[in-house]
Amino acid sequence: MNETFVVSSSPHIRADISTQKIMGLVLLALVPAGAAGAYFLGTRSLLVMAVSVVACVAAEAAWQKCAGQALTVSDLSAALTGLLLAYNVPPSIPLWMPAIGGVFAIVIVKQFFGGLGQNIVNPALAGRAMMLICWPVQMTTWTVQGVSGPTALAVIKGAGSAAPGEGASSALPSLMDAFLGRMGGCIGETSALALIAGGVLLIAAGIISWRIPVVYIVTAAAMSALLGRAGGPVLEVLSGGLILGAFFMATDYTTSPITPKGQMIFAFGCGLIASIIRAFGGYPEGVSYSILIMNLTVPLIDRATAPKVFGEAK
Amino acid sequence: MIKELNDIAMKLPTFKGGIHPPDGKLLTESKEIEALCPSGELVYPMSQHLGVPCAPAVKKGDSVLIGQKLGDSDAFVSAPVLASVSGTVKDIALRMTISGAVETCVVVENDGKYEHDAALLPHRDYESLEPKEILRIIREAGIVGMGGATFPTHVKLSPPPDRKIRWLIVNGAECEPFLNCDNRLMLEHPEPIIGGLEICMKIFPDAEGIIAIENNKPESIRRMEGELSDRSGNIRVVPHEVKYPQGAEKMLIYSVTGQEIPPGALPADVGCIILNVSTASHIWQAVMDGIPVVERIVSVTGDVIAAPKNLSVPLGTSVRELIDACGGFTEPPAKVLSGGPMMGVSMRSIDVPTVKGTSGILALSRRSSLNLAESNCIRCGRCVEACPMKLVPTTLDLLVRRREYSEFESEGGMNCIECGCCTYTCPSRRHLTQTCRDGKAGVMAARRKAQSQRKG
Repeated sequence: MNETFVVSSSPHIRADISTQKIMGLVLLALVPAGAAGAYFLGTRSLLVMAVSVVACVAAEAAWQKCAGQALTVSDLSAALTGLLLAYNVPPSIPLWMPAIGGVFAIVIVKQFFGGLGQNIVNPALAGRAMMLICWPVQMTTWTVQGVSGPTALAVIKGAGSAAPGEGASSALPSLMDAFLGRMGGCIGETSALALIAGGVLLIAAGIISWRIPVVYIVTAAAMSALLGRAGGPVLEVLSGGLILGAFFMATDYTTSPITPKGQMIFAFGCGLIASIIRAFGGYPEGVSYSILIMNLTVPLIDRATAPKVFGEAK
Repeated sequence: MIKELNDIAMKLPTFKGGIHPPDGKLLTESKEIEALCPSGELVYPMSQHLGVPCAPAVKKGDSVLIGQKLGDSDAFVSAPVLASVSGTVKDIALRMTISGAVETCVVVENDGKYEHDAALLPHRDYESLEPKEILRIIREAGIVGMGGATFPTHVKLSPPPDRKIRWLIVNGAECEPFLNCDNRLMLEHPEPIIGGLEICMKIFPDAEGIIAIENNKPESIRRMEGELSDRSGNIRVVPHEVKYPQGAEKMLIYSVTGQEIPPGALPADVGCIILNVSTASHIWQAVMDGIPVVERIVSVTGDVIAAPKNLSVPLGTSVRELIDACGGFTEPPAKVLSGGPMMGVSMRSIDVPTVKGTSGILALSRRSSLNLAESNCIRCGRCVEACPMKLVPTTLDLLVRRREYSEFESEGGMNCIECGCCTYTCPSRRHLTQTCRDGKAGVMAARRKAQSQRKG
């Protein structure tokens, strides 16, 4: 009888999970925030998202073709970078800008370092940082339903010179508006409600842990209270990209620590740096840079928090 | 999921890390143990245990009886191989064994009479036996760890004299998916398991007896508790959280006693001895009835086995006979495993004999045992959370691929117990357990090389 069996190393069964499934779930969790962006900031947001996603996926495919590598765009990681990049730009941005930002994020930040899982910093955030330097005006022009105005954080920053809580507070959005998303800002950061809904979905599905978002947000809120920032800790948390960053950017597997303890330290560092930039920096928003800076510390944190091998603890 | 949450809420003893694979137990959970009568020749590999292989104790043409020694060794860490049928020694030859290795085997032609040898005497009065005599009987009966590790039991029960044994743990966790041989034994024959434990407690009178069972076997827990209720003695049943690898020696000791065995140390160093339920049962049979290890219970199961069963099989029986006794395959299997899906070994052929460590034969279809292409590690950390030994499998994987064996060793790689949790959870389908295995082999090879250089 001719019987042939596959001979391989154990284990012989695998959990029903794949990179594609994980990226797909994160994309799904970002849908409510994108919908809120389109609703509150105008449907042009959808166009920006489409351009950014297409640019990232095309850049990855083109790079892999040129480099003679296997095509891996079906793992959806490039699409996710594209969507996150779009969420970090204003809806009024000229469309060619996110296209260039996307190519930069994928080719220079991700592929130059070895592709998926190898990049040192978050590609979408590095893309955004590059765009902020190249096109500072277009990257910081905010419009809500056709009317342009400063963001809540810019108002708070302005109030910093006056007595806290005075004068400028009339221009601040109400907490309810900030929570729902009825205020100016980047496409994806506007609605805290939609972002939290997506984040909770990811935690419930076991895709991310609560550690980074919770520690990040609590640290930022505590720092806001400590520094006596105008608007108070709640508005601080609801404004700018803090919720988006805490749930969706700082939790990027590749650029955050692999150990549970390391994740807490990383998130604490993010909260601290974001608050310091917001309070003392020349730029009202600090989330992107806080995550980019902490990304660089990940190898060190991982090393310092490596688990003690079973039996060596005591 | 509800059951798992319930376990956690009940705060059942457990370890850190681990996974919850689909358990596949339903296929054979309620199947009563059936005796299988071999029809073909019986093949006895001389190495069915960890330690020194046996040398054949018979010649071609000898007639043998059930329980007669076919092979033995003078070494301490070894266990004799005994005939499971009566008949004639047909050949002593190299044959392929269940692991795929080729080893010296004694081949016996079954005469169908099933006559017993009287060499091993029953000792109904075990209370009066000296510990030394008990250990001798255990050794002569060829008893090894029947959970699959096959470490000779008399060695395990002979710890250094300065080690005070405080816990004698009978391992009925059976955390490996699909297998039910231990579960069925506890359900159908609880007395010899407890009896075997009581005999061991004669050797270690200060020890407490613990029967550890995963909480997904409520019937077995009830049955064992019921059996204990009319006995006096220092034995109790402890239900454990359902989590793989709860039954791994180090994990179970941690679950029961809260102690982590240091790297390189033995259970006895933390006051524990662990025996599989079937091992305990064999100890009872050997001492009380004079029956050595000549058969074992095997769960024959998997999605392409027509009628999965738990069989009581004379050792030496061809695996093909076991599969035929279960109605054969419903479709050609992609893989046939000796053991369960997490730690089982893939077989090259089913024309190999059942041995002491064969706890299960698992035939899987391509659907259920996909070998998927690897992709880049995304550093999700699932392997780190799953590793019960608290290693960082993805780092070890990288080091082995770069052949950096000394780094692998300093990162704790030699502590890997090859449970498979990391590979199971990896979304990038990386062969983490396999590279760890390679790394361990690489370190051992480097050590041997260094040693021979020192000598030379």
